Amino acid sequence: MLTIVVPLTYAMLAGAILLNLWRLVRGPDAVDRILALDTLTINVIGIVMLLGIAIGTKVYFEAALLIAMMGFVGTVALSKFLLGGDIIE
Amino acid sequence: MSLAARLFPAPALSVAVAGLWLVLASRFTLNSLVMAVALGILLPILTDSFWPDRPRLRRPGLAALHFLKVCGDIVVANWDVARLVLGPVSRIHPRFFTVPLDVRHPFVATLLGSTVSLTPGTVSVEIVRDAEGRATHLFVHGLNVEDEAATIANIKARYEAPLMEIFGC
Amino acid sequence: MSLWVELLVSALLLVGGFFALVGSIGLARLPDFFMRLHAPTKATTLGVGSVVVALLVHSSAVAGQAKLGELAISLFLFITAPVVAHVLSKAAIKALRTGAGGAPADQVPQKVR
Repeated sequence: MLTIVVPLTYAMLAGAILLNLWRLVRGPDAVDRILALDTLTINVIGIVMLLGIAIGTKVYFEAALLIAMMGFVGTVALSKFLLGGDIIE
Repeated sequence: MSLAARLFPAPALSVAVAGLWLVLASRFTLNSLVMAVALGILLPILTDSFWPDRPRLRRPGLAALHFLKVCGDIVVANWDVARLVLGPVSRIHPRFFTVPLDVRHPFVATLLGSTVSLTPGTVSVEIVRDAEGRATHLFVHGLNVEDEAATIANIKARYEAPLMEIFGC
Repeated sequence: MSLWVELLVSALLLVGGFFALVGSIGLARLPDFFMRLHAPTKATTLGVGSVVVALLVHSSAVAGQAKLGELAISLFLFITAPVVAHVLSKAAIKALRTGAGGAPADQVPQKVR
């Protein structure tokens, strides 16, 4: 059953990532682009997790954790930059 | 101050740090247990001065129950957002509104704001604070608000009241 | 791996994929920024969180013992989602005030400092 479900979930997450890319290109504002990038990172975590199920190694867990942290810090830094022009108040 | 209070300025934080370390190590060995206990004792002591007046967790059992309830709410109410998102856009009535808070402590108000953000239909935009830094209002954007008063009453009764009871303020 | 575990993993994956897709559809098609903010912060977080839990169940079943490491990612996503929403909406409100596009000016909230 997983041989059907895993590719199906891949397709759904890939569709989600395409939609995020569309929003990233379309804009219209910087905030929209940051939101699109943040959603993109979260969806990539999902894809990495799926790879973990499909291939069955443990390395993907660390990769996903790193992407999650980097994505969060990056989003907050970008928003802070928009807010004040300074990243550290 | 007693020795126990000195060693564990924040017992709940100690437990959380040690538990998180064990979970991340993913193998329950003596090594990881020793490291988890060391981190659980050291980190709260080192970071104690970052929190000048931290609210105490008065009712841990109730906190766990509340956490489960919020998780259930997130899952159930996400269906509503899915329906709204997939349905016609003209049927959505977004609106900003203000929730007057009974909670004064900024940390508890932030927790409330986060729960409001995670439960579908509402995102907290700003925690309005007075001159002394106490929270007074929560500024919220609702995705589809039909009855503003009912939404506010729901937030206050369902999420604010349990939080106040948990932290005893 | 037993049939039940496989069923559970499949259900979690499908639910997760569905919500991740819904979040991104919302991001793509809703008309203004504050409405767009709702979809990714909630639906995508729940969707990917559920995919992560599926991996947790799967790897625990394969290894024959509980592997809770993936729970940390899920928890991290759920803790950071409101923070991201909060910071982004603050930035968006500032952009509205300074007239840098977005929603019409009468929507600019007055209560916020």
